[in-house]
Amino acid sequence: MELTGAQIVVQSLKDEGVDIVFGYPGGAALHIYDALYNQEGVRHILVRHEQGATHAADGYARATGKTGVVLVTSGPGVTNTITGIATAYMDSIPMVILTAQVPTSLIGDDAFQEVDTVGITRPCVKHNFLVRDVKDLALTIKKAFFIASSGRPGPVVVDIPKDVTAETTRYQYPKDVRIRSYAPGRKGHSKQISRAAKLLLSGKRPIIYTGGGIILSGATGVLAAVVEALGYPCTNTLMGLGGLPADHPRFLGMLGMHGTYEANMAMHGCDVMLAVGARFDDRVTGDLKKFSPNAQVIHVDIDPASIGKNVRVEVPIVGDAKVVLEQLLDAITKSKAPRDEESLSRWWAQIDEWRSRDSLGYVNSDEVIKPQFVIQKLHEVTQGEAFVTSDVGQHQMWAAQYYGFGGPRRWINSGGLGTMGFGLPSAIGVQLAYPEATVACVTGEASVMMCIQELSTCKQYDLPIKIVNLNNRYMGMVRQWQEFFYDRRYSHSYMDSLPDFVELATSFGHVGVRVEKPADVEGALREAVAAKENLFFLDFLTDQTENVYPMIAAGAGHNEMELKPSADGSAPAERELA
Amino acid sequence: MRRTLSLLVENEPGALSRIAGLFSARGYNIESLTVAPTEDESLSRMTIVTRGSEEIIEQITKQLNKLIDVVRLLDLTEGRHIERELLLLKVRAQGADREEIKRLVDIFRGRIIDVDEETYTIELTGPGDKLDAFVDALPAAEIYEVVRSGVSGIARGDRALRL
Ligand SMILES: Cc1ncc(C[n+]2csc(CCOP(=O)(O)OP(=O)(O)O)c2C)c(N)n1
Repeated sequence: MELTGAQIVVQSLKDEGVDIVFGYPGGAALHIYDALYNQEGVRHILVRHEQGATHAADGYARATGKTGVVLVTSGPGVTNTITGIATAYMDSIPMVILTAQVPTSLIGDDAFQEVDTVGITRPCVKHNFLVRDVKDLALTIKKAFFIASSGRPGPVVVDIPKDVTAETTRYQYPKDVRIRSYAPGRKGHSKQISRAAKLLLSGKRPIIYTGGGIILSGATGVLAAVVEALGYPCTNTLMGLGGLPADHPRFLGMLGMHGTYEANMAMHGCDVMLAVGARFDDRVTGDLKKFSPNAQVIHVDIDPASIGKNVRVEVPIVGDAKVVLEQLLDAITKSKAPRDEESLSRWWAQIDEWRSRDSLGYVNSDEVIKPQFVIQKLHEVTQGEAFVTSDVGQHQMWAAQYYGFGGPRRWINSGGLGTMGFGLPSAIGVQLAYPEATVACVTGEASVMMCIQELSTCKQYDLPIKIVNLNNRYMGMVRQWQEFFYDRRYSHSYMDSLPDFVELATSFGHVGVRVEKPADVEGALREAVAAKENLFFLDFLTDQTENVYPMIAAGAGHNEMELKPSADGSAPAERELA
Repeated sequence: MRRTLSLLVENEPGALSRIAGLFSARGYNIESLTVAPTEDESLSRMTIVTRGSEEIIEQITKQLNKLIDVVRLLDLTEGRHIERELLLLKVRAQGADREEIKRLVDIFRGRIIDVDEETYTIELTGPGDKLDAFVDALPAAEIYEVVRSGVSGIARGDRALRL
């Protein structure tokens, strides 16, 4: 069958099983857009800014586990995607970004809407391709999907010059590909598995620390089985939330800069650590010199380069989190090694004591809406079953701390890059993947403004997203740091001249509601969640002075947490803002 | 620690910039990098000399291996190996200096490959420290130009880097 390059692009997507593409047209992409016209099989979602397309595809990928697909034009279309590509790259999200390019004859001439796409995206992709011959097109697309979704997943860019989309060739989509330099393994080395099992079972103060790799590899079931077989405490990173259900008795909550007291103290005090699909990020470890000083570490990761990068590892295991955990579970169950039950029960007693500090406790108010309260109510109203996307800042931390995720792929946030503007467009991707589900976007008034134009996309495709805007009129997280570390010099962190979000939402064709009293929080959430047809923009005017606790300051160790002023018995400090 | 890494990489337009970009983005240092096509036209062979602590070197090899364009990698420094570099050097050679420089070239087993009334152009191969010693032995003020190729390396014995 002879097809044009443009038809090959569309047909390849179909043959790859892609049902949805997020994109925005332009000159160099017009042949491809023409091939998208009047066809069935691939649904194209027109965003309002290419950054939105990347975050939407990313949200779709995070929620479904499938590869997200983006289609943009050359030049500015490409540069607008960079933030979204880097966001996906940092969190290892499978994504294929198809970028149109000026015709091959013009490449390098500073042609109209030309950028060096392969060059500009190189540092933030898993791999990228420039297709110079239509005969290579189908195979390259196949390779892109294979690379994006296998091993440690990540974004892959395929740059396609306009003339390549016009030329014709015989089309056949390859069934599979081999790439001689790329063969990610899945199974852990059996000798390492038995070493790990032995070390694990010898633990007196053990901990299991897991990250986004658990979610990406679909390892939640086997993780729970390992946790239960061992009876060990388990903590999740920001990216790993939902890895173990939040209400699991062995769960210590999130760890790291804004993690719980018990999680961080247990990390600090442990003697054996099983780290799975986590990368010892600086927001997790704090000062590396003070990090888990007595721990012998078993580190499981699909990416060998993640192992031993930041901390010394006793037992490295390269492999897929799910497969390796299954191997470990098998080894543990078969082992007859005696366990130090006495030390273990002392360890749990210690952990329970740390837990009793209730580091997430906060003093609620009848007068002013506490952001934590909104998140707790959101959990209640959605029975903990919503998909929650988020932006970056205090609201993100509160959502992570207070929502209590029961399962994987429900918590959708930009952990690695920390991209403000991620929340709304990623919710678009999630809602399109699960039209019937409740999708809440927990955001801040600064973050939501960064991709606010996507409200228009939500209207076009009737997406009933629930935007939970924790509006403190500050870039709260910036203000918090300025309060703590810059002597309250609130330099440029006040959000002046904010729009009226209710009118703004209305003008886009949605429902906007302002909520100012704690007593109205639950009702507003219930009304919004019940409305299956409409997007609700809930603008909660929250306490401007609230800070995220607990907190590990930069340079401090896990055992040097700052707890909330009220948590040590004293009343919350009265603070004034500039 | 100085390390000499030998790589087989896909002979693709972007491969070199991916590798160079990795070193600059992650702050690793490159002492020298040489690259040329091989007898298999789909592959290039590269020798990279770098420095770093043991942990850094481990990261460098892992990160390089992660690149889709890197087909094989061998740390030559882990075993017996040979390193060679090519030096081309132009030096003022007049009067009594002419004989003196020629003798020096002979001692270092180099060759004079071009001559005019004022200058010699000299070719010398060897390990880097031999080239250093030769350059140091010449009067610095008389040297016009020094061109060094960077290191190429190969393992001794039956250790080999191939598909
Ligand atoms: C694109 C981008 N620019 C800047 C930052 C730095 N930053 C982190 S949090 C934050 C403030 C966020 O304010 P808001 O969205 O109102 O959330 P809040 O912290 O008040 O909950 C800023 C500016 C960022 N993460 N991303």
